[in-house]
Amino acid sequence: MSTAEVLNPYIFGVRPIEVLKRQVKVEGERATIDAKGLNHKEINDLIRECAISGIKEIVLKNVYGQRFIGTRVSLNEFRLRILIHGFPGNDLGAFLAKHEIIVYGNAQDGVGNTMDSGRIIIHGRAGDVLGLGMRGGEIFVRDEVGYRAAIHMKGYEDKIPTIVIGKTAQDFLGEYMAGGRVIVLGLGVEKHRMRYIGTGMHGGKIYIRGKVEKHQLAKEVTFGEITDEDLEILEKYVTEFCNIFGCEQDEILGDSFTLIVPKSKRPYGNLYSGD
Amino acid sequence: MLKYRDEKDISACGIFGIMDRKGRRFNGKLVIEAMSQMKVRGNGLGAGFAVYGLYKKFKEYYAFHVMIYDKDGREKLEKFLSTNFDIVYVDEIPVNDKAKVIDPPKFMRYFVAPRKKGTEKVLNDDDFVVKKVMYINRAIPGVYVISSGKNMGVFKGVGFPEDIADYFMIEEYKGYIWTAHTRFPTNTPGWWGGAHPFSILDWSVVHNGEISSYGTNKRYLEMYGYYSTLQTDTEVITYIFDLLVRRQGLPIEVVSKILAPPMWEEIDRMPEKEKKFYKALRMVYSPILLNGPWAIIVARHGEMIGLTDRIRLRPLTVAEKKSFLIISSEEAPIRYLFRDVDRIYTPYGGELVVGKLEEDIKKFVGESQ
Repeated sequence: MSTAEVLNPYIFGVRPIEVLKRQVKVEGERATIDAKGLNHKEINDLIRECAISGIKEIVLKNVYGQRFIGTRVSLNEFRLRILIHGFPGNDLGAFLAKHEIIVYGNAQDGVGNTMDSGRIIIHGRAGDVLGLGMRGGEIFVRDEVGYRAAIHMKGYEDKIPTIVIGKTAQDFLGEYMAGGRVIVLGLGVEKHRMRYIGTGMHGGKIYIRGKVEKHQLAKEVTFGEITDEDLEILEKYVTEFCNIFGCEQDEILGDSFTLIVPKSKRPYGNLYSGD
Repeated sequence: MLKYRDEKDISACGIFGIMDRKGRRFNGKLVIEAMSQMKVRGNGLGAGFAVYGLYKKFKEYYAFHVMIYDKDGREKLEKFLSTNFDIVYVDEIPVNDKAKVIDPPKFMRYFVAPRKKGTEKVLNDDDFVVKKVMYINRAIPGVYVISSGKNMGVFKGVGFPEDIADYFMIEEYKGYIWTAHTRFPTNTPGWWGGAHPFSILDWSVVHNGEISSYGTNKRYLEMYGYYSTLQTDTEVITYIFDLLVRRQGLPIEVVSKILAPPMWEEIDRMPEKEKKFYKALRMVYSPILLNGPWAIIVARHGEMIGLTDRIRLRPLTVAEKKSFLIISSEEAPIRYLFRDVDRIYTPYGGELVVGKLEEDIKKFVGESQ
C-alpha cells in the first residue's frame, strides 16, 4: 500500500472526471448517472460537473449506500433536481442548498444533515438523526423514521426548517430541538410508540396526529394549544404531503393533532452556568 | 508490542450478519459483497468473519484458531495442547500471500478433544475448554486463541474486509451463519487480535460502538474465570453471553434485558410482578450492564442475535427474505444482496432480534468423543 492509500483510503483511487463521464448519459438538460461502482466522491464530482455544464435534472441509478449525495453543489446560480433510484447512504443532502432531492427507495441515517435550504422527498423510510442540525428547507418522508429525528434542528427569522413524516418516528424525536417544525402524520399507525419526545428541546414545535401519552414526553417539553396559525401550517404541509405521495388531506386534517412545545428556552441553564 | 497503525480517521464500525434458518450453507462471497457496500464505515484497521458450519468433517471436535506472533510461544502452545487435549488434526490456516495485508502473524488450526485429568474431571467439556483457552491467552506469550468452537471459526486481521477475505480466502468456506465486521478502532490499537469477531467456544460477537462499562464488566467476569487479553472492549460481551446463557442457563430474552435494561422510570410504570423482576435483574446483574453506545450481532450454533443499547446510539437494520435473516449496520448492503425483501425494519433500542435454526442442531455440532 502506498502512503496516500494508507492515509486516506476513501479518496485514494478516485478516478478523474474524464473517466467517470463514461457513466453519464445526457439528454438535453437531463443527465442519467449509473452509480454502480462509484464511490461517494466520484458521484458528487459528477453531480457538480453536470450542474456546471447546465444540467437541471440528474437521475442516479444503482445507488447502494454511497454517502453525502448532493453535498458540495452549493453553487449560487444553480438549482438541481436529483432523482435517486436505490438506497443512498448516510448524510444524504448534507449542507444541501436550494436543490431538490427525491429518493425512490429508503434512505439511511443523517438525511439533510445541516441542510440549509431546498427540499428532500423520500418515497420510503429514513434512518436515524434525520434533519440533524437542519437550519432551513423541507424534508418529506412517506413512511417511518428512526431515532432522534430533527435533533438539534434550528430556525432563524424567515428560516424555518420543516420535516413531515408520514407514519411515525422512534425515540428522542426533536432531541435538543431549537427551532423549526416537525409534523408526524401517523398514517396507518395505531399507536405511537416513541419515548423521550423532545429531550432537551428548547425551541420549535412538534405536531403529532393521534394520541401521545404524557409519559412519552421528555421532562423539558409539554403539550401546547393548537392555534389558528398552527392549523394554517398543518393545512399547508399536509396538502403538500398529499400532493407528493397521494393521500386524502381532508381525512388527515379532520383528525386532532397533539402539539408539543418546550417548557423553557434554556432548560440546562442551571446545569452549566449556575444561575 | 503488536501495536499497529492507529491514526483516527472519522468513521464508525460496520457489522453484518446473515443466517439461513433452514441451515443451508452458502459461501462467503455474499458477505464480502455486503461489507464492501459499507467500506466507509471502517478505516482498514481491522476486519473479520465468523462462519458456522464450515468444518462438518470435524464437527465433534473443538476447532482452535490460533494467532501466533512468537516462535517459542508456538512450541509452548503445542506442548500445552498435547498434554490437555487429543489433537486429531492440525494445519496451518491457508492464506493468500498476495493479499493486501501488512505484517500478518501465523495462523494455526487445531482440532482437539479434551483429555481431562484429576480434579478437572468434574468440569464439563465446555468449561474445560474455556479454562484452557484463558490459560493460553494469558500465560503463553505471543499466542492467542481467537476461536475455539466446534464446526465454526473466526478469521480476522488488520485490513479492510475485502483484504482480510482475500487473505483467508473466505470465498472457499461455506456456512449457514456468517457474521462480519469492519473496524474503526477508537480507544485501542488496531492489531490483529483486536479485530472482530471475538469468540469463545461457539459464541462470536461483532460490535459497533464503545463499551464505557468495560472496566466494571471485565472485573466482574474475572470472578468467573474470564480474562480479557485482546485489548478491546468487545471481548467482554462474548464472555458475558457464555456466562449468562451457557453457564447460568438464562434465556437470551432475559440476557438482553440485563445488557440493555429498561430505564427506571419505565420499570416504575410496569405491573407489580414485572417491576419486581426487572428490579431484581438490575440489582443482581448491575456489573454487566453494558453502558455506552453499542450495536452487536452475536451468534452461536443454531442462533443469531441482534441487539443495541437501550437508547440506540448505534444503528441496526433487520431484514427477512424467505429463510434468511439479515442484520446490518446499514440498509444498503441488504438491498444490494436482495433488492426485494419480505420485511425490513429498525428495532427499538434494547429490542432483541433472534433468528433460530429450524433444523436439528445436531446436524452441525457433535458430542465430543
